[in-house]
Amino acid sequence: MIKSEALRAGILSLMFLLVLLGIWHVATLPKEQAASANDEYAKLMGKGAVKTTGFPTPAQMGETALKHISDPFYDKGPNDKGIGIQLGFSLARVGLGFALAALVAIPLGFVIGMSPLIYRALDPFIQVLKPISPLAWMPLALYTIKDSSISGIFVIFICSVWPMLINTAFGVAAVRREWLNVAKTLEVNTVRKAFQVILPAAAPTIMTGMRISMGIAWLVIVAAEMLVGGTGIGYFVWNEWNNLSLTNVIFAILTIGLVGMLLDLVFGRLQKLVTYVE
Amino acid sequence: MAFLDINGLSKTYASSDGRPFAVFEDVSFNIDKGEFVCILGHSGCGKTTILNVLAGLDQASAGIVVMDKREVAGPSLDRGVVFQGHALMPWLSVMKNIAFAVKSRWPDWNRTQVTLHCQKYIDLVGLTGSEHKKPSELSGGMKQRVGIARAFAIQPKMLLLDEPFGALDALTRGVIQDELLKICAATHQTVFMITHDVDEAILLADKIMLMSNGPGAVIAEIVDNTMPRSRTRNDMHHDPQYYRIRNHLVDFLVNRSKLFRSGEGGDRPKQPPVVRPGLEIDASPIQPQMHGAHGKVTPLVVNRKR
Repeated sequence: MIKSEALRAGILSLMFLLVLLGIWHVATLPKEQAASANDEYAKLMGKGAVKTTGFPTPAQMGETALKHISDPFYDKGPNDKGIGIQLGFSLARVGLGFALAALVAIPLGFVIGMSPLIYRALDPFIQVLKPISPLAWMPLALYTIKDSSISGIFVIFICSVWPMLINTAFGVAAVRREWLNVAKTLEVNTVRKAFQVILPAAAPTIMTGMRISMGIAWLVIVAAEMLVGGTGIGYFVWNEWNNLSLTNVIFAILTIGLVGMLLDLVFGRLQKLVTYVE
Repeated sequence: MAFLDINGLSKTYASSDGRPFAVFEDVSFNIDKGEFVCILGHSGCGKTTILNVLAGLDQASAGIVVMDKREVAGPSLDRGVVFQGHALMPWLSVMKNIAFAVKSRWPDWNRTQVTLHCQKYIDLVGLTGSEHKKPSELSGGMKQRVGIARAFAIQPKMLLLDEPFGALDALTRGVIQDELLKICAATHQTVFMITHDVDEAILLADKIMLMSNGPGAVIAEIVDNTMPRSRTRNDMHHDPQYYRIRNHLVDFLVNRSKLFRSGEGGDRPKQPPVVRPGLEIDASPIQPQMHGAHGKVTPLVVNRKR
C-alpha cells in the first residue's frame, strides 16, 4: 500500500513537471510578427520577422544545462568559471563559516543551558543580535577584516550561530532530571556527564539547530556572494544577470535549490541518527 | 552502631506565605546489614524525600545520616538507586545502560571485564537475549529489571528502591518481586524501599516503617515482620500472622495515619516504637478499629502514584 502510494505520488510529481514544462514551452514559443508597421523597427533592431519573448525556452534551458553539466570545472579567467568551481567556492565558505559557528555555539550553548544565571545574563544580547540580517554585518566585516572572501565566511558564521546556540542551550537545559540523577548517584565526573549523558540526550535538539542553521547559511551565501563578488554561486547568478544570460541564471537557481535540498537531506539523516525513542 | 543510622532527619520548605512548611520531622531509625526495610505511607508524606536524602540527591534541613560509620553527604557508588520511572538512557542498549554504571564503579576495567560483569547481572534479572535492545523496545517490567540490574551491578553496600514496581501490572510485579527476593537472599543486600502496596511490604520487608500523613510527617511505628523469611507469595496467606500484620498495616493507613500530627508528638520517644502484630493474639489493642474480616483478602494499594 505504502509502496504503491509512493509510486502514485511519483507519477503525479512527474505529471506536474510535464505540465509545468508544457506551459513554459507554450509561453515562450516564438510569435509571428503581427503588423507590418513595425518592419522598420524590426530591421533596425537587426532581427528577422520572428519575435521572441527573450525568455529562454525549455529546449534552450536543456541545452545550457547539458553544457554546464558536461564541463563543470573549467576555468577561463575570473568571470568565466564552471558551475562546479563556483559551487565549490560557495560550499567551502558555507562549510567553514558553519563549522566555526558550531565550534562557538555548541560549547557556549552547553554553558548557557547548564547555568540559568549565564542564560539570563546573555539572553538580552542574544535577543538583540539574533534578528539582525546577517548581510547588515557586511560593511563592518569588510572594514575590520579587509578581505571580501573572509567577510563572506564571517556572514555565514554570524547567521548560523544563533539557531545552533539557542537549540543547544534549550536541549541541554531540558535534559531529564532523572538521567542527571543517575549520573550523580554513579559519581560520574563532569566531563563524562557532559559527553555521555547531556550530549546524547540533547543531540536531537542540537542537530535540529544545526539543520536550521545550514538552511539559513545556504540562503545567505547567495546574497552575500552577490554583494562581495569574485567567486561563488551567488556571484555567478549576478554575473550572468549582467551578461543578460537568463538561461544561465535559471540554471544557477535550479542548482542552488538542488544543493540546498541535498544539504538538508544530509542533516536530516544525521538528525535521524542521533534521535532516540523514549 | 547499626549499619545505617538516621537521626533526627527533617525537611522544611518555605511555603508561599513565607512560613516554614515541614514535610517530615525528626525522623530517626536504623537499618542493620542485610536487612530489607520498607517504608509505607500515603503520598506527600515525604518518603521519596527521605530516600533522596539517603541517596545524597537531596539535603535534609536537619538531622544526620550515617552509613557504615561515615556521614552521608552527597551521592555515592556505595548506594545504588532504582528510580521510580526506571531512568534508563533511551539512546543506550540494555547492555550499555548497565555498562555505564559498571564503568563508573570500576573505571579501569577493560571492555571484556565490563561486558562479562554486565552479562552476569542481565542474566540475573532474566533479560538474557535482550542485551542489545533499546529501552523503547522493552516492556515496562523489563525496563524496571534493567534498572534493578544496573543498581545491583555496581555492588552497592545498600540498595535504595523508590517504588520500583508502582507502574507495573500485578502479574509482572509479582514475578519481579520474587526475583528481587531471590537476588537479595543470594547477595545479602541491605535494602531500603518505598512502597504503597501493603502485600508487597509484607512479602519483601523484614521491617516495615509506617509513616504518618504529611505535612509534618513522622515515623509512627516500626512493624517487625515476624513471619519466616522463607515466605513466598503462594504460601504467605496460609500463615495466621499474615492477617494480623496485614490488618495492622491497613488499619494504620486507613485510620491511624492521619491521627499523628506534628507537635502532638512532643513526648514521642526518639526512636519510634517497634510492634510485632504478627505475634499478638487476637486481643490486640487495635482490634476494635480493625477493618475487613479475617480470612478475606482484598488487594489494597493505597494512593498509587501515576
